[in-house]
Amino acid sequence: MAEKTMSLPSFIEPVRIDQVGIEERAARFTKRSIKNETKMNGLLLALNMIDLTTLEGKDTEGKVKQLCYKAAHLHDSYPGLPTVAAVCVYPAMVATAKKAVQGTGIKVASVSTAFPSGQAPRNIKISDTKFAVAHGADEIDMVISRGKFLEGEYNFVFDEIAAVKEACGEARLKVILETGELVTYDKVRRASDIAMYAGADFIKTSTGKINPAATMPVTLVMLQAIRDFYYKTGKMIGMKPAGGISKSKLALHYLVMLNETLGEDWMNNQWFRFGASSLANDVLMQIMKAKTGVYQGKDYFSLD
Amino acid sequence: MSRLEILKTYKIYIGGKFPRTESGRFYTAKNSNGEALANVCLSSRKDFRDAEVAARAAFGDWSSRAAFNRGQILYRIAEMLEGRKAQFMDEVIKQGSSKAAAEAEVALSVDRLIYYAGWCDKFQQLFSAVNPVASSHFNFSVPEPTGVVSIIAPQSTSLIGLVSVIAPVIAGGNTCVVLGSFEKPLCAVTFAEVLNSSDVPGGVVNILTGDPSELAVYFADHMDVNAMVYCEKNAGTQKLIKEKSALNMKRVVIYSDTNWLSEDAQSPYLIQNTQEIKTTWHPVENIGGAKAGY
Repeated sequence: MAEKTMSLPSFIEPVRIDQVGIEERAARFTKRSIKNETKMNGLLLALNMIDLTTLEGKDTEGKVKQLCYKAAHLHDSYPGLPTVAAVCVYPAMVATAKKAVQGTGIKVASVSTAFPSGQAPRNIKISDTKFAVAHGADEIDMVISRGKFLEGEYNFVFDEIAAVKEACGEARLKVILETGELVTYDKVRRASDIAMYAGADFIKTSTGKINPAATMPVTLVMLQAIRDFYYKTGKMIGMKPAGGISKSKLALHYLVMLNETLGEDWMNNQWFRFGASSLANDVLMQIMKAKTGVYQGKDYFSLD
Repeated sequence: MSRLEILKTYKIYIGGKFPRTESGRFYTAKNSNGEALANVCLSSRKDFRDAEVAARAAFGDWSSRAAFNRGQILYRIAEMLEGRKAQFMDEVIKQGSSKAAAEAEVALSVDRLIYYAGWCDKFQQLFSAVNPVASSHFNFSVPEPTGVVSIIAPQSTSLIGLVSVIAPVIAGGNTCVVLGSFEKPLCAVTFAEVLNSSDVPGGVVNILTGDPSELAVYFADHMDVNAMVYCEKNAGTQKLIKEKSALNMKRVVIYSDTNWLSEDAQSPYLIQNTQEIKTTWHPVENIGGAKAGY
């Protein structure tokens, strides 16, 4: 039995991250010139990678239905646009969302495990996850226990992710590290390794509830963790930066970074997602600008 | 001891900051004898786009301020301009005016700002109305700022034309992107410095320098601009502006015959030109079978 299990690295002595090097490398990606057809293809790809998100206390069924309609009909005056990849909602809204996106090919992702703080006992996190899956969630976005992680209880964090993964069944598991609370790149790398070895299908930067949310350097650290994991195990892991990506130019920078770090195999919504609520409209405005030659105004695009 | 002359870098004004044009282009402003005065930014379409984004971001705060507060701030601009009279006169003279004409132009610019400062909280009463309707409704109309206004300032003067078109637009609660005079651009940039030290929030007024024949089309076709002001007689450009503005039904205001140095060039109607009239129907109780009062 022990022969078959993957050998675990020591999480106590993780890969050290060169902070200055990572930040300079990440800044380089913003210098690439992307124009015309390349830009258009990038925009369409970015649109297709979006997890359109509403995670608010004031969410209602009506709001979720509206979001799902938007997900499938981004801008009907431009025929042939792709849809977004998924809608991302709270567990209580999964059934509503699942019904609303029926037949569109759009996935339903649900946050779980006492999102966004993750401060709840394990049995509640498991039942939260099972509830979402039972109502039809295709993907689960869990949060790690940052408090335990910062205390050095890596085994606790590892076991918890593994337990949630088991509760997910067929659903793909995205593990939110909440990098804004981990503070250093070393810790981000360590948390990424723990999540991937514990069974994550995706690693995700942030809940969107904490500042800073996704940044390019943090995402680069996580992409490199995915690359190293792939070289060691042969297993592909997806990446989802979330929060703070609201402009299409920034989204294109992320795609450049993805392509130059992980390569073309990852350049699709099976392996890369943007967690965002307002990015879609900015991308749409850029696409319409390319089509009409005229700068667009937000009055002419749907709100949610 | 002789001293090296320190020359000013004339930059543009976007969102309360003084960047150079993103295009890296420039042109040389000359006086009537053809002598070089300064190298000035030749703004591009992208500069206009950036300025529009700044103007849009500033609109919510500026339009929702108390009208009285906007009046205070316009008055403050006038105060700052008054304190820098000598600098402006110097620039106006460099660009081809006599000393007397320069002094008159700068003084009139200060006075014009004071004039519109006064109107900030008064034009609303003038242009509002309670309307007679044949039902139990209280029906009234009030002017509201139209939004972001793109302005191509009068080209023949450096300062007075610029001030005369900016003041009524911001007095009414709009934000704007302004293209200064192409031939006489110096005061436009220096006026931005005045705005920057006058409690005007960044983005309310954005000032570019450059070629109107290149930029007019972008000032007119941007879908997130709500009105456009144009001050030249050029019939071809007027037609272009009207056509492109139709894309999003922009309000187009053309002042082609105005002498900006005259008293007639200031009026509350210039404020009204970039306002939208909102009419509200408010149900009223029909007491004892009484008919509507109006």
